[in-house]
Amino acid sequence: MAGLLQSNPCSLKTITIPAIPNYTGTWGNQEVTHLLKRTLFGMKKQDLLYFSGKTLTQTVDELINPTAPLPAPPLKTYVNDNIAAGDPDLNIAIGQTWVDTHTTDGTAQSRRRSSLKAWWLGLQLNQDRSIREKMVMFWHNHFAIETNDVSNARYYYRHVNLFRTYALGNFKTLVREVTMDSAMLVYLNGQLNTKAAPDENYSRELQELFTLGKENNPNYTEDDVKTAARVLTGWRNDAVNNKSYFDVARHDTGNKVFSSFFNNTNIVGRNTADAGTLELDDLLNMIFSKKAEVSNFIVKKLYRWFVYYEITPAVETSVIKPLAQLLVDSNWDIKPVLRDLLMSQHFFDSSSRACYIKSPLDLSVGLIREYNVVIPDAADVVSQYNHWNNFRNLASNMQQNLGDPPDVSGWKAYYQAPGFYEIWINSDTYPKRNQFTDQMVGNGYTFNSKRVVVDAVGYARTLIAPHDPNALISEIVQLIYSVPMSQSTRDQLKKDILLSGQTSDHYWTDAWTAYMAAPTNTALFNVVNDRLKALLKYLMNLPEYHLI
Amino acid sequence: MNRRNFLSGMFPTLMAPSVINGFSVRPVSPSPYLDALLGYATETDHVLVVIQMNGGNDGLNMVIPRSSYSAYFNARTNIAIPESKILTLNGKAETGLHPSMTGMQSLYNDGKLAIVQAVGYPNPNFSHFRATDIWMSATDSNVVNSSGWGGRYLSEEYPNFPTGYPNSAMPDPLAIQIGSVTSLMLQGPAFNMGMSITNPTSFYNLVNGIQDPAPPGNAGKELTYIRTVAQQTQQYATVIKDAAAKVVVQNPYPTGNNLGDQLKIVARLIKGGLKTRVYMCSIGGFDTHSLQVVASDTTTGTHANLMKQLSDAVKAFMDDLKFLQIDDRVMGMTFSEFGRRIKSNSSVGTDHGAAAPLFVFGSKVSPGVLGVNPTIPTNVTVNDNIPYQYDFRSVYGTLLQNWFCAGTTTVQTVLFRNFQNLPLVQSAACTTGLDDLNQSAGETLIVSYPNPFTASTKISFKTTGGHVLIQVLDNQGRLIANLVDKEYLQGKYEIQFNGETLIPGVYYLRFQNGPLQQVKSMLKLR
Repeated sequence: MAGLLQSNPCSLKTITIPAIPNYTGTWGNQEVTHLLKRTLFGMKKQDLLYFSGKTLTQTVDELINPTAPLPAPPLKTYVNDNIAAGDPDLNIAIGQTWVDTHTTDGTAQSRRRSSLKAWWLGLQLNQDRSIREKMVMFWHNHFAIETNDVSNARYYYRHVNLFRTYALGNFKTLVREVTMDSAMLVYLNGQLNTKAAPDENYSRELQELFTLGKENNPNYTEDDVKTAARVLTGWRNDAVNNKSYFDVARHDTGNKVFSSFFNNTNIVGRNTADAGTLELDDLLNMIFSKKAEVSNFIVKKLYRWFVYYEITPAVETSVIKPLAQLLVDSNWDIKPVLRDLLMSQHFFDSSSRACYIKSPLDLSVGLIREYNVVIPDAADVVSQYNHWNNFRNLASNMQQNLGDPPDVSGWKAYYQAPGFYEIWINSDTYPKRNQFTDQMVGNGYTFNSKRVVVDAVGYARTLIAPHDPNALISEIVQLIYSVPMSQSTRDQLKKDILLSGQTSDHYWTDAWTAYMAAPTNTALFNVVNDRLKALLKYLMNLPEYHLI
Repeated sequence: MNRRNFLSGMFPTLMAPSVINGFSVRPVSPSPYLDALLGYATETDHVLVVIQMNGGNDGLNMVIPRSSYSAYFNARTNIAIPESKILTLNGKAETGLHPSMTGMQSLYNDGKLAIVQAVGYPNPNFSHFRATDIWMSATDSNVVNSSGWGGRYLSEEYPNFPTGYPNSAMPDPLAIQIGSVTSLMLQGPAFNMGMSITNPTSFYNLVNGIQDPAPPGNAGKELTYIRTVAQQTQQYATVIKDAAAKVVVQNPYPTGNNLGDQLKIVARLIKGGLKTRVYMCSIGGFDTHSLQVVASDTTTGTHANLMKQLSDAVKAFMDDLKFLQIDDRVMGMTFSEFGRRIKSNSSVGTDHGAAAPLFVFGSKVSPGVLGVNPTIPTNVTVNDNIPYQYDFRSVYGTLLQNWFCAGTTTVQTVLFRNFQNLPLVQSAACTTGLDDLNQSAGETLIVSYPNPFTASTKISFKTTGGHVLIQVLDNQGRLIANLVDKEYLQGKYEIQFNGETLIPGVYYLRFQNGPLQQVKSMLKLR
């Protein structure tokens, strides 16, 4: 049986049979690249080198077992103008964190949200070699709430920390935490949900968007939505102490009886101080008893996040169902499911490769990472945050605003049939994508006199044989594309760009060698730099660059 | 004295550029300040077609010095064209053409071809890459600049590009390169002003672009989807396709001639109504270090084939322009990054050299041979090169001023200083003085006044709000100053820029506001 753990307690967790067949084919650069581009934001050459010395099992295990502690909190990098006199925020120095200080000032909140979003993008840029940031985005897309609606940046900071803490943890536990999360209580009105005026907002989305989903025809009723809302009455927020709490005085202490879909479950009403968590546990036990619905829903979302959007009947049978069963068998731990998926034959099938359209953040964060673009300089936090915010803003212009998904359903690219990922690419966003890559290779972006730009020559120097125009193009294509490029196209690019129309390779080799012999000579530098920049621009203008 | 004799006798010796160091400005226009303020582009329907001969053309075997034939023969016995085979030019006995160039010969004799002798520049560079960059960027040989002269000119004429383009005043691409990659020549100070029409995002159906077929399966499905969007969003796709579709019948072109194929597209697009100013074509293979000719018959071989392709293609193009009745609107020029050595090598070829002749063709050209045959030393050594008579930037400047009817300030701004004006274009070519609205087409986000300036100038800019960066860059792209680097509310602002300490020359104002960028030039005078 799929996902079965051997029953001998002594060997428990030491011998496992994968839920779906493991990949057994060649484990080479192409496979490492495929895996890394799906699990990281962009792939650096160093990432490829690092993992190409390891096995598939070692690589996946390292990716799904991040060891880094929670990152340091976001910092104040904003000015005090227009913040009300006497507000505690005024006392926070530039470069200090604001997460420990309560504020009631709207301007301060707005600037904190901006700081938080920039910080978050910075974490993606500086991610370690683990799947954590991609999983944080997965949960952000799953429990999609908007900073602007939450308003309180300290709440949102804790909300994001929740995703980072449980990124690879237990799904059921995460749902429990999210239900009591201050930001979620604001966003879906949980804090307004009282016995006198029940609010169904969170109750509905808990079932429709967060656990059961709509796709699998769960037959929960409108009454179930109303009844679950009664279970969830009484939760409130305390902005001063930055926490949520349960207020039994607002709680509906009556019994809550659900429909036949939930086997007419009766959640016994309570009137104690811990009634909130006890009834919540009852509610989640009831929802998660619908194992097939919940597990299918989440596994499909993971599949669309990491593999491809189209789920054929064959994929449903051979991939989704066994992994869903594994999720149930592992008592809702996400990690075993991810491990089997990422190590699977199916994940490395040709049908799963190069078919994933980069999200705007895959594009922008990925580009910066894959060319080792340096954001100057770490000591100047104001510039750092400005640059991070600029890249967040650029991705936002391409329709993905980190921290502010379009609505509670998340980004359409991950649920809206039939287009799915293709929704990212349209007549507005495609030129913007090209402009972005052009500018990163061209003038770059400047704040406080600190410029962020692709160093084409520096990048070429990290390659195996930059003096050989054939090897140079082949390696760049291998690093930044997921689809192969034919020899004739590579030859044409070499001739048109690197050789300026000449036919002899040695003209490039001579130019490169001359530059390397005198790297400070501007003319020699420009000869190779102009051509490398033209090459990178061209390659990133092609549709191929948008696929991973 | 007829015009041809006048031309030939006018520049008997090697000419130095009019200014070697520094920057001199002679404002000839009655009111450059008014020009700058109004910012209007020149009204012209003139088109320039630039043909790049990649690899370094052996000019001495293309335009042959009949009057010093024995020195010529002596210098390159193994590749010299037999005297009897050299094509003669009417009224110009001392100079002849390669025997393959019957097309060029007939153009010359019809008064549609000018030959400029020994075009080059001081301190020539012998590297293909650097020399190509020098020709494209139109700089001194020791100056590195990452923009091209064509791009800078178009940036002067259409300073807002690409913000607000295409628009009703300029619905078409500013420049078109027939090829897969847009060259340095069309690179403006910030944006590339040209587009390639084998560019994979556009016109596979017009020219055979370089595009791999989509792979099978899901990857191919998504790649095809993105390619479709890319095609649809190529903003000039429709106008180019429509223009091409309007022209059904053209005069015949030679078959198997790639340059001819390119020029055929150019003629078609011009006739189809594009307002595009500059077209660029190229022909490769001129790097003839060995086996440049067939030893048994030096009128055949690699270089002969190239000469024939060039000549046949240009002749067919000119015939087609006439057939399409657009010959009065088109001027063309050839160039190669350098000529080749006077003395041939023992591999029946020639090594990298210096100055070389170039062709300017068109019905409005001032026909003739400009300059004299290069002097060939009697005891030629392997290091001997042909010194330049005409600076290549004089050719550019002349075409800008007398064919595109650009003002002298513009020409100086584009070429960074004054160059000698050459009698290459019939004086009647620029008679219209109407302004059009090209320069004000698109949204102006930043402008400086006065421009040119001597000490300081006022910079006005318009922001949609958010972060604004205004930089001053010099003509090599070096950052001179960050004038503004902070958050602004939406609105219009003015700042004063003091440039008193700057050396005179061209500077660029680079404006950045969120995703918007715009670059304008400023000319600092003494």
